[in-house]
Amino acid sequence: MLLIPCPWCGPRDEAEFHYGGQAHVPYPEDPAALTDEEWARYLFFRDNPKGPFAERWSHAAGCRKWFNAVRNTATNEILAVYKVGEPRPETLEPRPETLEPRPAIAQPRPEQPAGPALEAEARPAPSGGPGAEHPARLASQPHRLATGGRIDRDDRLTFTFDGTEYQGYRGDTLASALLANGVIQAATSIKLGRPRGIFSAGVEEPNAVIQIEEPFPEPMLPATTVELYDGLVASSLPGQGRLATEPDPARYDAVHAHCDVLVVGAGPAGLAAAAAAASGGARVIIADDQPEPGGSLLGTGEHLDWVEATRARLEAAPEVRVLRRTTVFGHYDDNHLLAVERRTNHLGAEAPANVSRERVWRIRARRVVLATGAHERSLAFGDNDRPGVMLASSARTYLRRYAVLPGRHAVVFTTNDSAYAAALDLAAAGVEIAAIVDTRPEPGEWAERARSAGIEVLAGHAVTGTRGTDRLTAVTVAPYGESVGQREFAVDLLLVSGGWNPVAHLFSQSGGKLRHDEALGAFVPDSCRQAVEVAGSANGAFDLAVTLAQGAAAGARAAEAEGYTAEAPALPAVAAQPHTPPMQVFTVPGDTDAPRFVDLQRDVTVDDLARATGAGLRSVEHTKRYTTAGTGGDQGRTAGVLASGVVAELLGVDISALGLPTFRPPYTPVSFAALAGRDRGALSDPVRTTALHTWHVEHGALFENVGQWKRPWYYPQDGEDMETAVLRECRAAREGVAFMDASTLGKIDVQGPDAALFLDRLYTNMMSTLKVGMIRYGVMCRLDGMVFDDGTVIRLDRDRFLVTTTTGNAATVLDWMEEWLQTEWPELRVHCTSVTEQWATVALVGPQSRTVLGSLAPELAVSNDDFPFMAWRETTVAGLDARVCRISFSGELAYEINVSPWDARTLWEALYEAGAAYGITPYGTETMHVLRAEKGYPIVGQDTDGTVTPQDLGMSWAVSKKKPDFIGKRSYGRADTVRPDRKHLVGLLTEDPAVFLPEGTHLVADGELPPPPVPMLGHVTSSYRSAALGRTFALALIKGGRDRIGERLYAPVGDRLVPVTVAGPVLYDPEGARRDG
Amino acid sequence: MADTVLTAWQRSPLADAAHRLAAVTRSSRGAIRLAELPFLAQVNVRLDAKGPAADAVGLALGLQLPLEANTVVHAGDVTAVWLGPDEWLVVGRPGTQGDLEGRIRSAAGDEPVSVTDVSAQRTTLLVAGPRARDLLAHGCSLDLHPRAFGPGRSAQTTLARTQVVLVARDEPRAGFWVLVRSSFAGYLADWLLDAAVEYR
Repeated sequence: MLLIPCPWCGPRDEAEFHYGGQAHVPYPEDPAALTDEEWARYLFFRDNPKGPFAERWSHAAGCRKWFNAVRNTATNEILAVYKVGEPRPETLEPRPETLEPRPAIAQPRPEQPAGPALEAEARPAPSGGPGAEHPARLASQPHRLATGGRIDRDDRLTFTFDGTEYQGYRGDTLASALLANGVIQAATSIKLGRPRGIFSAGVEEPNAVIQIEEPFPEPMLPATTVELYDGLVASSLPGQGRLATEPDPARYDAVHAHCDVLVVGAGPAGLAAAAAAASGGARVIIADDQPEPGGSLLGTGEHLDWVEATRARLEAAPEVRVLRRTTVFGHYDDNHLLAVERRTNHLGAEAPANVSRERVWRIRARRVVLATGAHERSLAFGDNDRPGVMLASSARTYLRRYAVLPGRHAVVFTTNDSAYAAALDLAAAGVEIAAIVDTRPEPGEWAERARSAGIEVLAGHAVTGTRGTDRLTAVTVAPYGESVGQREFAVDLLLVSGGWNPVAHLFSQSGGKLRHDEALGAFVPDSCRQAVEVAGSANGAFDLAVTLAQGAAAGARAAEAEGYTAEAPALPAVAAQPHTPPMQVFTVPGDTDAPRFVDLQRDVTVDDLARATGAGLRSVEHTKRYTTAGTGGDQGRTAGVLASGVVAELLGVDISALGLPTFRPPYTPVSFAALAGRDRGALSDPVRTTALHTWHVEHGALFENVGQWKRPWYYPQDGEDMETAVLRECRAAREGVAFMDASTLGKIDVQGPDAALFLDRLYTNMMSTLKVGMIRYGVMCRLDGMVFDDGTVIRLDRDRFLVTTTTGNAATVLDWMEEWLQTEWPELRVHCTSVTEQWATVALVGPQSRTVLGSLAPELAVSNDDFPFMAWRETTVAGLDARVCRISFSGELAYEINVSPWDARTLWEALYEAGAAYGITPYGTETMHVLRAEKGYPIVGQDTDGTVTPQDLGMSWAVSKKKPDFIGKRSYGRADTVRPDRKHLVGLLTEDPAVFLPEGTHLVADGELPPPPVPMLGHVTSSYRSAALGRTFALALIKGGRDRIGERLYAPVGDRLVPVTVAGPVLYDPEGARRDG
Repeated sequence: MADTVLTAWQRSPLADAAHRLAAVTRSSRGAIRLAELPFLAQVNVRLDAKGPAADAVGLALGLQLPLEANTVVHAGDVTAVWLGPDEWLVVGRPGTQGDLEGRIRSAAGDEPVSVTDVSAQRTTLLVAGPRARDLLAHGCSLDLHPRAFGPGRSAQTTLARTQVVLVARDEPRAGFWVLVRSSFAGYLADWLLDAAVEYR
């Protein structure tokens, strides 16, 4: 959503504006002097440059002013706005790309593993544990430690997975609870049907995608993101879920929010940023997808006291909003970000019905700090998909956050330091670490630490294969790049770390560019047009001290840029850690045919990518589409960089040259229900009603949608079908008296000394000669001469007119008037004001209408001489102030009575009562259509389609020959508009008076269809049954139609060719005898 | 046209919704108050803000027509809302539209001003209570924080899927006026009532 600065109202959402095309294309001074080609160039040709482009916009939902904007068509940046009549600004520099403050880039460093404090906490409880050396585990949840974690052990939850009932705790995810119960396999893969296990502990999960069955069915949710609740029923999926078949009973809503600084992510960098930004009173929003702040610290168990203190301070600050369980999923123009907050999902069946289940936050932020963290990536080795293969940091998270051991015996396979801390932490908690397999020949200080903890470190080695069926049973290890010297370890867990990917999705969506950092072996944020900063591991800063410092600095800079002071927040003291550079590894060669998976969710292997490059594909965008790698619900969060790395290897190029596929919103899947919010059902679109709506409802009207209006369609009585009801209503209008609610017609008050001149330019016919007290029908065309609206013009005073428009076009006509007044004719002293709802209008129709009106309007002289056709009078009707117009859209004697909508029901009921003696009948739009069609009156938008001139409609009489110019006039001289074979509006009568032609039916010349292509002569635009004519009839647009009157044509209806005769458009009362009663 | 005299039979656009709107105060335990302020006099004024008519009209109304975008000016029972650089909405007590129109026209004299009675074009909803801002934020993209939209501020914008004139009342606790086209009023009332479900 662009933020467009209206020169008057200031910045507003793009949705408040209408686009008006290229600016500085003035209406020619003398269109008549132009050649057809010059006129066509003005009409149809516009520039389409890449880059800055001056164009017209209207602040349609605001001050209704037209203005000019220079927009960069490549980036959508609005470079300048200026008022109509002002020259285009000269120099327009695009916003400079701000270079992100480059961090003193620290290499990936793990946090200090568990010290003695943890060991004391995790050491065996006195009883219940399976072994004296190992921490206690719970009998009911065999992989759960008796102490530790951030779960609430007092709140025990029961859930069902694949038909088996299990126990877990409040604070668990479905994945952690399954692991606690020894369940690791949670899915089978989509294409190959291979068993797949829980692979990660967060949104990056590619494998454990499950279906929730109860309380409400929801497909394709990563078990790692589903918070456990009591009564949850879920099942594993074969790669695809099932949509619910019943309507979702939950509420979903949306809310707009504004802030000085939005911080995305509440890990160490995000918390530090928010604390710094909020210190001087700036309005801060910090959003995080987890139930509690802390980010990676929740997984390592470090500095949680600082997390808690910072959280408490932020939540207490009046201008800070802490959004938990909230995923920022899209970063759009002008720092507009969308987030989804999961508000009651975690409550299961206990969710209160009146609270929205999910909420979409539409956040407009002055500045954004992205502290979105990093995802660990995997490695492509043989059979790397078995349940039991897991990201190393995720295993540590299960231990620290959920007190769950994902396995008993593990091998750790890494290319960098970070997995060592996980290994040491897990070992301290009782997992037997059989070996740490490190591809680096010299793994450095961390390896020494592991060795001193009694763990074997195999430097310069790699895992080449795995064994097991439903669960991993063994891994094979060999020197990296070799097949000799293999060793096999019997383990149930293989922890993998192939390096870290900064989560740059939002940065990339915001328009930011990434660059490949050789030292880090990762793509990191580079520069961005928008006011965005990236901090912490999202920025490639994997050292905690650097992460915290970056966060605090970014938060302070953002607040200061918005004019606030910022204090340095309290940060925890973090000890320096040893560091050995990581090794860039993507694939591990193996000596078997075992598949090496790159994208687990899409079952894409190294061989699949090799087929893609073998087929000649050279771009990751192409290999992605060829193999589907990265197209799953996880969008390749663990696989994307790996896939690029594999393709780079296959092509023999560096990954930095290859790049990554484009990141697009949403970052994580968002349900359609959440996006629809409350804009569904009765609120899906506004329903416009007139002041008489309740009367229509009470009297059984069926309604037709006209634009957003509900108009009475017909009023069936005693089980009448539509045909019978409409024939009855038509008969009443032609023979007695009938009335209709015509309040929906658009009404525009046009005032000012130049009002008459203005209307002369706007309408095809002459309006300035209209006398005060009189009314004229008028046609409005576009510049190309095609009809776009019609209606009546009432002259209220010398300088004041009331213009009516068709129901659906009221806003368009007003915009059209304003566009011409403001951009082309600013010298005209005219103002236009919508008064559509200021008046309720009742059409009173039929030979008895004069009698009925007369009985209610004692002061009104109703005779034809006193009150002629196309005149209007102010009087009282039923004691109400009224403006009565003698207008007819049926050919009958008719009046339109205008009163205040506050009085409309009183008027309507008075007419109903006064007309009762004459059988007054309410009628709807269908009858109105029949009556007007019998008289050949076209309906704009039904009998016209933007390719029809007034002349085509047979209304040359409405096109002034005297006026020097009006909109559309020049186009009537174009060769195209004077072709003899243009389609004309004509009447059509079937040979059999009972046969009904569906609207849209084509017309052909011959009674036998020639071989295709069959030349079409035109089509039926309106078709009805007529009470007055006692037969069916139609209106049609037919090539050269007026020259074909009397001719026989054929209409293919189903498999028949229906013979029809072309007639003049006026089929009823062609002499107009009924108009005056 | 003669002044519309308020009579018992007149029906405002939200007459049928009055009870449902009133019930929100109770169901939200006072967090939100919704009510229609029916039949307010509303007169649309168009004139050159730099011309002599602006001062003359202001004098006749007893207030200065606001020249700053998105602001309102009150004086007694009369409120002038900025709608555009040459357009204002003058709002007064029910039944005063004829008087207002007359005062403006005679003050303007021969200057080319346009004055249009639009009292029935829109109706006015009062949205007040401690959560009024939160309620409107469900459908209004403007920043309604008191720092950005305090007393004296107004805007023509969209609320839910309809256009409105939004006016911040004099005290923050007094809430907002939401002026909405009469034909959209039923929809907007339904939308507000549905939004208020969250605050039970």
